[in-house]
Amino acid sequence: MFDILSNYGLMFLVGSWPNGPIGGFAATLILAALGLLLSSPLALLIGLARAGSLRLPRYLATVWVYTFRGIPLVMIIFWAYFILPRMTGVTVPAFVTALCAIVVYESAFLGEIVRAGLQGLPPGQTEAARAAGLSYAKTMWHVILPQALANMVPSLVNQFVSTIKATSIVYVIGVQEVTFAAQQINSIELNSALQTFLVLAGFYFVACYCISSLAGRLENRLARKRLGLA
Amino acid sequence: MDFDWGFLVSGNYAQKLAEGVLTTIQLFGLSWLGGFFIALLIVGLRAIPFKPLDRVMRLVVEYHRNVPTVVQIMVWYFGMPQLLPDSLRLWINQGQSEFLFAVVALSLNVSAYFSEDIRSGLRAIPATQIEAGRAIGLSATSVMRYVTLPQALRISVPPLLNRSLILFKDTSLAMVIGVTELTYQVKAIENLTFRSFEVFAVSTLIYLGCSLLIMGLGAWFGKRFPPAFKG
Repeated sequence: MFDILSNYGLMFLVGSWPNGPIGGFAATLILAALGLLLSSPLALLIGLARAGSLRLPRYLATVWVYTFRGIPLVMIIFWAYFILPRMTGVTVPAFVTALCAIVVYESAFLGEIVRAGLQGLPPGQTEAARAAGLSYAKTMWHVILPQALANMVPSLVNQFVSTIKATSIVYVIGVQEVTFAAQQINSIELNSALQTFLVLAGFYFVACYCISSLAGRLENRLARKRLGLA
Repeated sequence: MDFDWGFLVSGNYAQKLAEGVLTTIQLFGLSWLGGFFIALLIVGLRAIPFKPLDRVMRLVVEYHRNVPTVVQIMVWYFGMPQLLPDSLRLWINQGQSEFLFAVVALSLNVSAYFSEDIRSGLRAIPATQIEAGRAIGLSATSVMRYVTLPQALRISVPPLLNRSLILFKDTSLAMVIGVTELTYQVKAIENLTFRSFEVFAVSTLIYLGCSLLIMGLGAWFGKRFPPAFKG
């Protein structure tokens, strides 16, 4: 296992970079981070619509959430692979295709986190702000969202872990991330499949375990803060 | 774009899709059952007050929770045969073992989550409640039936159903090792017919229908058995 790691460590980390596009675990992290970042404005809108009282936006957001929570990511990637070149008229790189699919997929899950964050606040907050004469937008911006976002941080960190794990399937359309690198190494080595894939699992494990522990600590701190201990 | 749904009935494509759906459901059902039994085993083993064992089980659970399901499937399918004797490896090379490996990998994966969900339900019931139940003259089974389970299930079942939904969607990952489930068949039919839109639409609706069924079950349970008052 250690010879795989010492021979191909760099390939696991950055793929064929600097001789080619950046790949490996770096690409996995970039894909997950970009996916979560780009889906957050969409998720904010979905969360606001789902927690709000306007019927049509709420209905549309609900359909969106249930649809993309109910379809496997692979299917969404296939759709993106099929639709994007038709919509734009140009060949779309595999990385961009995967990113679009992940943004749509994650927006549904993030949207639910935003909704839970908004609905987790006591309604008295909104009522007080509105009674003080703030508009809906100002109520959200100055009163509700700052509090809700602070409460959402642990869930967001956990969602980052889920996103990192979800990106492992995008190698099926040829995105050069860490699972793709492992497949390549496996076809070079031929006789060390177990070692190769255990090293791959190790990369994910270390990263995801560290980030989930961070989420756990944040959660504890938040719980203590709520009880007035911190 | 012109749509042609006729191709679905013309060749044996409808049959291929039906076979795919059947395999997906079998994969889901077997992995669910396997996962549930392994989860009960993990919960039981972790209840034994022996620290090293608990640590080992915790590592197993954390491995399955922090490594992507696809990678777990690959470790089992590509990696594990290396450790098996030659006669077994010969059988694996005949190409009949994908389904088995997928079930093993998915069962283990989901059991880690299931065990945590069950444990959090059980841990939420203070021991004093069991003592109180026994003190007023209930038998051990009656305490279980009327005191512990009604509260524990309310806490455990919603996350178990949610995880079942994720397991259902994760069956699509078995296509990477060539299990002929729905997603695999979709890709195969698309390669043969180039009718991407129609094949994707049909399969997406099938996935969505099954997922909504599981989500509906969760919503029903939440309404029928609302969480107990947390004072």
